[in-house]
Amino acid sequence: MAASFGVSSAAAANAVKSPALSPPSLPVIRSEARPISCRVNKSRKAGKITTKAVAAQAENPASAASKPGHEVLLFEALREGLEEEMERDPRVCIFGEDVGHYGGSYKVSKGLADKYGDLRVLDTPIAENSFIGMAVGAAMTGLRPVVEGMNMGFLLLAFNQISDNCGMLHYTSGGQFTIPTVIRGPGGVGRQLGAEHSQRLESYFQSIPGIQMVACSTPYNAKGLMKAAIRSENPVVLFEHVLLYNLKERIPDEEYVVSLEEAEMVRPGEHVTILTYSRMRYHVMQAAKTLVNKGYDPEVIDIRSLKPFDLYTIGNSIKKTHKVLIVEECMRTGGIGASLTAAINENFNDYLDAPIVCLSSQDVPTPYAGTLEEVTVVQPGQIVTAVEQLCR
Amino acid sequence: MAQLIRRAAALNKSLPAASFAARGLATASTSPITVETSLPFTGHNIDPPSRSVETSPQELLTFFRDMALMRRMEIAADSLYKAKLIRGFCHLYDGQEAVCVGMEAAINRKDCIITAYRDHCIFLGRGGTLLEAFAELMGRKDGCSKGKGGSMHFYKKEGGFYGGHGIVGAQVPLGCGLAFAQKYSKDESVTFAMYGDGAANQGQLFEALNMAALWDLPAILVCENNHYGMGTAEWRAAKSPAYYKRGDYVPGLKVDGMDALAVKQACKFAKEHALKNGPIILEMDTYRYHGHSMSDPGSTYRTRDEISGVRQERDPIERIRKLVLAHDLATEKELKDTEKEVRKEVDEAIAQAKESPMPDPSELFSNVYAKGLGTEHKTGTLQITYNYLLLALKDLVAFFLVVFIRSRQKRSENCTSMSENINNDSTCQDPFVD
Repeated sequence: MAASFGVSSAAAANAVKSPALSPPSLPVIRSEARPISCRVNKSRKAGKITTKAVAAQAENPASAASKPGHEVLLFEALREGLEEEMERDPRVCIFGEDVGHYGGSYKVSKGLADKYGDLRVLDTPIAENSFIGMAVGAAMTGLRPVVEGMNMGFLLLAFNQISDNCGMLHYTSGGQFTIPTVIRGPGGVGRQLGAEHSQRLESYFQSIPGIQMVACSTPYNAKGLMKAAIRSENPVVLFEHVLLYNLKERIPDEEYVVSLEEAEMVRPGEHVTILTYSRMRYHVMQAAKTLVNKGYDPEVIDIRSLKPFDLYTIGNSIKKTHKVLIVEECMRTGGIGASLTAAINENFNDYLDAPIVCLSSQDVPTPYAGTLEEVTVVQPGQIVTAVEQLCR
Repeated sequence: MAQLIRRAAALNKSLPAASFAARGLATASTSPITVETSLPFTGHNIDPPSRSVETSPQELLTFFRDMALMRRMEIAADSLYKAKLIRGFCHLYDGQEAVCVGMEAAINRKDCIITAYRDHCIFLGRGGTLLEAFAELMGRKDGCSKGKGGSMHFYKKEGGFYGGHGIVGAQVPLGCGLAFAQKYSKDESVTFAMYGDGAANQGQLFEALNMAALWDLPAILVCENNHYGMGTAEWRAAKSPAYYKRGDYVPGLKVDGMDALAVKQACKFAKEHALKNGPIILEMDTYRYHGHSMSDPGSTYRTRDEISGVRQERDPIERIRKLVLAHDLATEKELKDTEKEVRKEVDEAIAQAKESPMPDPSELFSNVYAKGLGTEHKTGTLQITYNYLLLALKDLVAFFLVVFIRSRQKRSENCTSMSENINNDSTCQDPFVD
């Protein structure tokens, strides 16, 4: 049994005893520094991301091989981020159901158990409450567990551990312990998965003091956020979305990390600020195409950081456009949109020409029937109508 | 011999309060004494250790002093609570001191201990000072958690004490996590995850036990069975109150928790077992004299005769006192002097703690996040956004211009009904409107 645990004792022991690792010398990509066009569209302005000289490889501009970076699907990007961090720091380990031998129910940890052993990529029994508690306990000693909830909804079973132990231990111990865990998993409304498997936990977790919440939406920010979350000393909940795992994008070859607390400017504009995150970003971008054809110029921001909000980027945008539309997948009652509305009203009331409009999912359990499920979440048509009314 | 013992007693007096680790004195009074535990151990799926415990005069005197200190601290906390200097919840450990003291004698500071909310004495055993304890109880900034944790959140990272937890049973998975980390880093140490008879019925305990057994984690689950889960007697809460057997496939040991030497023997045995074979459950049969907490008189669900009976027959400090006197390790007077000394120490610590100030208001926002996020110390989330706003408002002329011009603009008449219109576009009815 002991032989199958592939952690080198010396490396692991040294790493655990001397937690101070040298900081990475990477460019941290800041999203608000200059306008960066939408990551999803094929037509991207290259060269604004890394300092690497793309021009040096201009021999065959037509050939795909000379394009910088490599193409990945979102789940592969997450895996790359995870693997790079596990390689870099022997204290990083993974807990979750079927993450090891099975490779992860969404293949995020595929191959990692073969590479790092059964102790570092730990297949847990179906006991969310206690394996998240275990992750917190391990984090108290200096390990950096990445815990997977097979579906975010299952984490409700571990709410006490996430709220009281994960979130509050740094405070109640007077700063003695930090809890550098990452809790990640897919959530959101999928394709007819049923009510219990279509939950948006960001609205339940947002009041927990001491945790950070981020939501990834593209392969680029998924890998960057995963790496940043693992490196953070704070507990981070990384919200992925069931329907976004197969998104394809070209991401840089060189190592990069994105900031956990910053929003991403998806499409700069002048008429209205549309704030969104996760899957709704794509509904917004679809609506944006229609809106552009109709002559509107929406500014789309993927807020990415759900706790705390990046009010700097959001504020700058509001000062420019004076109108806000929030498009989210949470329920109308008590969701991220509700909190964001309150935060914007409190801080930027003077800059608003109109009340904030917040489009959210309906306050219902997600039905199984496809037609009903479709109207539970915000659709691009509603977004177009909302912008038209807001910009009247 | 008597001279050596007097010297040991004198050295005891000169040591600082609660410095239990510093008692590695190379005096001759570490000569071994063998004592039989009062009751035999009962094993479940395991051969229990022998009843003969090796100890020394030094150790026995240390046990006496430490337990007297803990007892005194808890009684003083009782008075402080009644004087309203300690508020909220205060769960006292008097009667159960032998568990904590016996455990410390069997382990080192690399081993981890995690427990629930009855944590004052365990904190002391792990190297916490009286000042830190009293200051934390009174919510002062010299407390071990800077006054922000309170009675249920004592922690001592350097001492390997991981708290101090308010939610019943939640500390057991944490304890298994500590054991996981110990196995991960292969440092030959174990974790004692303590819980009560009330918590023994929590599901997460069995989940954690399953995982600990599955992966052979060096976790020792210690059930401090004081027979009452707040006001509910164990036979009214558990179908099987034989908590040491509840682990089923995990071996267990039932120990007389009022006998510090039995506890020491059991913990030593458990540590060896856990390092080789994985988890083991220890059930400490103990008793608390106070109620569950200061808001519980402790007499509505049990008789005063029962409490005084245990105090007369099984009190841990009396047992050690009798042993010390029987082996002629100290005189009656010397032991009384130790108790007086301990009382003085506690009083001094309380006086010092009372002078400690309340935490600074800025401490409200410190330690919410670890450094780097910016919401630390003196800046809350609102403060941060305000700072950003200030930065953005550098161009005051433009600002006033904007305000002036916009105040002249006509506001859209349709503004107020926008939200309703948009939401009525969907074909779903608002469930709150009928």
